[in-house]
Amino acid sequence: MSRSNSTGRGEPKRLLGNTAIPAGAIITREQAQSLIGRVVRMSKADEVIVGVGGGYQSDVRFANNQMSTAGGVSNGQVSVTSVFGKKHATTATNDLSDESLKRVVEQSEALTKLSPDDPEWLPGLPSQTYMPGRGYVEATAEVTATERARAALTALEPARKAGDLNAAGFIIVSAGANALGNSKGLFAYNRATIANYTVTVRTADGTGSGWAGAEHPDWRQIDFRKLSATAIEKARLSRNPVAIEPGRYTVILEPQAVGDLVQLIGGSLGARGADEGRSAFTKAGGGNKMGEKIVDQRVTIISDPFDSQLLAQPYDGQGLPLSRQAWIENGVLKQLAYSRFWAQKQGKVANGGATSLKMIGGTTSTADMIKSTPRGILVTRLWYLRQVDPRTILFTGLTRDGTFLIENGKITKAIKNFRFNESPLFMLNNVEAIGPSVRIAGTEGGGPVVMPTLKVKDFNFTSLSDAV
Amino acid sequence: MKTRRDFLKQGGMAAAAVAASGVLNPAHAIISTRPGAAEMPPEDTVRELMMTALNTARSAGASYSDVRIGRYRNSIVFTREQQIVNTADTDSIGAGVRALVDGTWGFGATKTLTRDGVAAAAREAVAIAKANRIARDQPVQLAPVQSYPNATWKSSFTIDPFTIPVEQRAELLLKANAEAMKVKGVQFVNSGLFFVKEDRNFASTEGSVIAQTIVRTSVPFTVTAVSADRSDFQTRGGAVAPIGRGWEYVLEQDLVGNAPKWAEEAVQKLTAKSVDVGRYDLVLHPSHLWLTIHESIGHPTELDRAMGYEANYAGTSFVSPPDKVLGKLKYGPEFMNVRGDRSEPGACATIGYDDEGVKPEDFLIIKNGMFNDYQTTREQANWLKWWYDSKNTPVRSHGCSNADSWSSVQFQRMPNVSLLPGTRDIGWNDLISATDRGIAIIGDGSFSIDQQRYNAQFGGQVFYEIRNGKIGGMLKDVAYQMRTPDFWNSMDMIGGAKSYQLGSSFNDGKGQPGQSNAVSHGCVPSRFKQINVINTGRKA
Repeated sequence: MSRSNSTGRGEPKRLLGNTAIPAGAIITREQAQSLIGRVVRMSKADEVIVGVGGGYQSDVRFANNQMSTAGGVSNGQVSVTSVFGKKHATTATNDLSDESLKRVVEQSEALTKLSPDDPEWLPGLPSQTYMPGRGYVEATAEVTATERARAALTALEPARKAGDLNAAGFIIVSAGANALGNSKGLFAYNRATIANYTVTVRTADGTGSGWAGAEHPDWRQIDFRKLSATAIEKARLSRNPVAIEPGRYTVILEPQAVGDLVQLIGGSLGARGADEGRSAFTKAGGGNKMGEKIVDQRVTIISDPFDSQLLAQPYDGQGLPLSRQAWIENGVLKQLAYSRFWAQKQGKVANGGATSLKMIGGTTSTADMIKSTPRGILVTRLWYLRQVDPRTILFTGLTRDGTFLIENGKITKAIKNFRFNESPLFMLNNVEAIGPSVRIAGTEGGGPVVMPTLKVKDFNFTSLSDAV
Repeated sequence: MKTRRDFLKQGGMAAAAVAASGVLNPAHAIISTRPGAAEMPPEDTVRELMMTALNTARSAGASYSDVRIGRYRNSIVFTREQQIVNTADTDSIGAGVRALVDGTWGFGATKTLTRDGVAAAAREAVAIAKANRIARDQPVQLAPVQSYPNATWKSSFTIDPFTIPVEQRAELLLKANAEAMKVKGVQFVNSGLFFVKEDRNFASTEGSVIAQTIVRTSVPFTVTAVSADRSDFQTRGGAVAPIGRGWEYVLEQDLVGNAPKWAEEAVQKLTAKSVDVGRYDLVLHPSHLWLTIHESIGHPTELDRAMGYEANYAGTSFVSPPDKVLGKLKYGPEFMNVRGDRSEPGACATIGYDDEGVKPEDFLIIKNGMFNDYQTTREQANWLKWWYDSKNTPVRSHGCSNADSWSSVQFQRMPNVSLLPGTRDIGWNDLISATDRGIAIIGDGSFSIDQQRYNAQFGGQVFYEIRNGKIGGMLKDVAYQMRTPDFWNSMDMIGGAKSYQLGSSFNDGKGQPGQSNAVSHGCVPSRFKQINVINTGRKA
């Protein structure tokens, strides 16, 4: 949605009465290069690696139909890793003055000399070529406190007016940059912005709760009014839930719920763990499951910093350029994540970690999924997911903020929330339909995650929750 | 709650979101044994900067303001088997200013510790508060607080862990790793030493100037055993609780001496019997029960949750509304007493003054089994005036305001919430002896609870069958599901004072932006009747 019809904005900034990002809060490419160069020149180590980051983060929080807290934080950090032979150690600070940089370098070197050898240490990367990241939007960096407050009003005003609703929400806007360099000529720089809005509306009688959320590098792409309205509608629809028996159900999971569970596969994608026998992708008898079909053939999960929905940082923490990786393709475990050390040991190519995940979407609409379901459950989002068994990526957690019964192709009633014990691997073997993918907003780990709506059978609900 | 992914993201959602968007560099962890790179200004300069912030906020229109200038240090050594994985020191210093304008909050924070820097942060706090007036409903009102113009406090460490050379730390860990690896069947060991030191300075427009030094220590140690055919792997971790003490605590743990025991437990889990589902009497060790207390008593009795202030994230609470539960909700048996405190020596949430300048007092959250009081800040205490008036007690904050950094706004965070010992001098073995058929659970494992803190599921580290008053064979794939009020009302035995011990978390997540808080829970071994146990060992 455009700026003007989302929050009624459109006035010139000078009339809004408060500034957006403080001057100098985001380190420029040239400043980062200069800072890293100064550290490299100060260093007496065999090799030195320098990380620089910083930016401005602003937020507004509301709850119980009123403003709660709001703030703006400007911060930055430099980290210095000194290397002598196979020894290395790191110090970091948020004081970027010359005097501080000198201390950081000296301390890093002193600490390195005290450290034991690291037999797995590899020399730093030489200069790399990076495609420029596309995750920075000037309009997001310019958002003011008044604009954030007005966005909050998209939920607060209708909730107050209704008289029987309580709105709680959070808007966070960040703009910043980081850079990485070393004494071998490596230099990587990336700027990024993120705007994120989540809103929960509860009915005053305590029997209904609805949630909606969105995230995008461009503030103008967040449709605050529509999201607020969705949360309100879900809250009303979810009033007075009835209990139905736990068990295995056909479930339609909205993208947030899919992402809550499926992104957890990322933590098990390390090649080393699989090769060493402590992963869901370990092959009985030895080796890993790469090349094996592990889920439904319609499932493809990738990461790609240049994907228009992900727009992630184009390099990893060591400066390795990131490109499109298919982790699961047409149901087959196509790739595991190889660190530089493990790749060298195994004769593979280092490919960075699964730092952002996208599950390729399908074409079935949520309405069609519901229509084709004789009896099933619609889930808005999941909550408090914790790993129960790493051997199968089995997680437990609960449904939350809008759980509905589907009967004969229609949503018929709100139902009480369930606890589940389920693995994304089990679930992705039970796929019945796939909807379009969207970027989700409620991920606790942060970072871009893009997921579709899914219809799956035999989802394992193990107990009922009285929580609304 | 301990956050999702154990708040592996240090610093919570804010830091994670920023890092993920490329603002910070998450790849660069840090450490050292020397003073950090950032240095706090001298004491009188800190005071001057704080006064500058307060005066600026007041001049700009704030009716109340407080400022925190702090230095937050982390120091880590992580190892695996016989190698160092990471050695790093992080150091962060800056100022956070909170301002109240026409009953609306604003907050500004900066790393620039100059008069201009802190003044700019103060002006920003006021500007944000003014901007937010358009969305204000009820104005914030603060409960009274005594002023402390020259207060100091230090946590109860005797050996500052930051003075211990890194090679000494590494040597200890590698020795312990080697002992664990000697146990047949053990393939992997991950261990670490994680130290925190916070120098916190606080001042408010109500006249307080407070300086505190806080040290905490964590000793993660996890052993992994893999079956010969690679069909199974099992871990034993979390045997050493984090603490609000220093290096002396590390020495007391005898890592080298205990590592073989933890390793053997990991190996035993490979051949342990998979549990039969059903209802069992559970005998829960303090190393396990602390987390159940945290999730099912600590969080639901936070007043901000009960009033809906966490509704969009961590959730609300079944312990609400206050007028329906205070003095009326039977949380557990009559012998159940739960205390909120920030006074217990060595506990992770122990402080001298909270982040609103309140000197906390101990208070009973559950008294003789009945819900008695919430955790509060100055803003919240007024909401319970009717309750305190009825008890003839003054309206005052319980001192539960806390921020995890100078760059985070303070809000309601949990004090130490502890189950007090029973009057009988009994312990773990007595509870086992008194149980015919049950399961004993040691250590904390997987944990999950709903957003109103009713339905929970907890795993553990080590499980033993109890038959006819005796410990039998080891079990695995055990988790129990419960409904909070039913669970606590099923408690029929608790240990005495001699069996009391602390369990803790370094990473309790709450709030938006997310913050990570350290907290401890003291408790005694306890028995719970006929709890639903499930088997989590589902096969692929």
